[in-house]
Amino acid sequence: MIVGEQKPLAEIKKTVAPYKKLLILGCGTCVKTCFAGGEDEVATLTSALRLTLKKDGKEIEIEELTIERQCEDEFIQEAAEAIARNDAVLSLACGAGVQDIARRFDKVPVLPGVNTTFIGVLEKQGLFTEECVGCGDCELATFGGICPIARCSKRLLNGPCGGSKDGKCEIDPDIDCAWQLIIDRLKTLGQLDNLRNYIPPKDWRSSNAGGPRKLVREDHII
Amino acid sequence: MNKKSLSQLQIVLSKGDFAVTAECGPPRGSDPGVISKKAELLKGYVDAVNVTDNQTAIVRMSSITACTHLLQMGLEPVMQMVTRDRNRIALQSDIMGAYSLGIKNILCLSGDHQSFGSQPDAMNVFDIDSIQLIHAVRAMREEGKDMSGFDLKEPPRMFIGAAANPFADPFEYRVIRLAKKIDAGVDFIQTQCVYNLDRFKEWIKMAREEGLTEKAHILAGVTPLKSAGMAKYMAEKVAGMDVPESVIKRMASVPKEKCPEEGIKLCVETIAELREIKDVHGVHIMAIEWEEKVGEVVKAAGLLPRPEPT
Ligand code: SF4
Ligand code: SF4
Repeated sequence: MIVGEQKPLAEIKKTVAPYKKLLILGCGTCVKTCFAGGEDEVATLTSALRLTLKKDGKEIEIEELTIERQCEDEFIQEAAEAIARNDAVLSLACGAGVQDIARRFDKVPVLPGVNTTFIGVLEKQGLFTEECVGCGDCELATFGGICPIARCSKRLLNGPCGGSKDGKCEIDPDIDCAWQLIIDRLKTLGQLDNLRNYIPPKDWRSSNAGGPRKLVREDHII
Repeated sequence: MNKKSLSQLQIVLSKGDFAVTAECGPPRGSDPGVISKKAELLKGYVDAVNVTDNQTAIVRMSSITACTHLLQMGLEPVMQMVTRDRNRIALQSDIMGAYSLGIKNILCLSGDHQSFGSQPDAMNVFDIDSIQLIHAVRAMREEGKDMSGFDLKEPPRMFIGAAANPFADPFEYRVIRLAKKIDAGVDFIQTQCVYNLDRFKEWIKMAREEGLTEKAHILAGVTPLKSAGMAKYMAEKVAGMDVPESVIKRMASVPKEKCPEEGIKLCVETIAELREIKDVHGVHIMAIEWEEKVGEVVKAAGLLPRPEPT
């Protein structure tokens, strides 16, 4: 899923300040799962914002709404009327959701309420970890299902570096060394020999380095 | 490679002499005087001098420039190059430029992460890793081609080095990684500072069993300790360092003012032991901001005079 974290209230307060009528728009998919922008977070943020604005003697009318996904037109249209009634939208979706709303409602300011952080998983209760950076050419088969591009601090394809110690990464004792994980896993799978081979430089064209990416599915065009 | 293009370090190593290299960190500024001062201290005591590339991710005068200053003073530089700050385009271009200036040795590294440095807010590059860099430098030398396969006119013919850390984890994998570096085209290896000789010997033995010690020259790293505090700091805080308790104890057992002397003594003893190990072909003395002691260490270790540059 896409993992994100709600922006600090003070920052949100500042960005919404110029508007009189605000729609706080939640998203019921990824950001809901990571407790950043689902229905519950919309409700909590709305009350908190109302309270702090009241304290400041400011008045903003706030409407709440959460749709299933902000990255799909079908769901976005469910918000059309609410968006039309307000001066601005504070979207609690990921960066893609925010932009999709902005794309479809070109006269309404759309503000981000969430810092989108990474593509990751809920490793255990209360802990989300980054797993993939969407490089566009997945090489997980070589690395025993552990991604060195997303999870090694130096993106080494022929790791580990000299700083790996006790299974931890040199940059932070709280971060697992991806290469220790790769080696352990390949050992378990009996595939440690994968790593004897030289892995050539990555062709980054498939990644964001090649410019913004598009995926065309001819078979789905109507 | 024609004789003219051989580096002094390569000549010393290929003759079977025990090589001595040291390190010179460029200044945080543009004063070439800092380099000439360090160079004066090292001249005549070492065969080549490593010049660090924004070491510990602290912004300094560029490695190429500092290497050029050394060359002008008659010292042979080993240009360190990290993949943290430059993509493959910039790396290859700088290597060509460096060679055109007379720099003949390169040490390929991935580099310390920028989060350790003076500007942790920087973006890193890591387009390629150190092993891929080694591969590229060798392809330039052996095939005369850049990474795109383009035939270069006057390709750079670098003598290629890499670092190895016999003390990092996972231990059993260290030799596989060394093999990868050597297969990629490394001519010499400079290791992390050796304080734990037992572990170092074990690593060398594993490397020998894999036939690696015949394919590349291994220079063991040493760093004279200044104090017990420094020993402790290195043991606890420096990534990938192995300083045994006995070393810390020994440094702590002498009065404070005698510590530098004891550190030098320990360093000289370590070099003596390293020379006994068959497949160690030299030492790399990393006396960080203590360059004035390098000569003393080299002399006490009986490594003088150094072979005359040919
Ligand atoms: S290799 Fe690329 S696509 Fe696969 S997990 Fe890593 S970043 Fe994601
Ligand atoms: S310690 Fe491990 S995860 Fe961290 S940079 Fe080195 S190889 Fe990568």
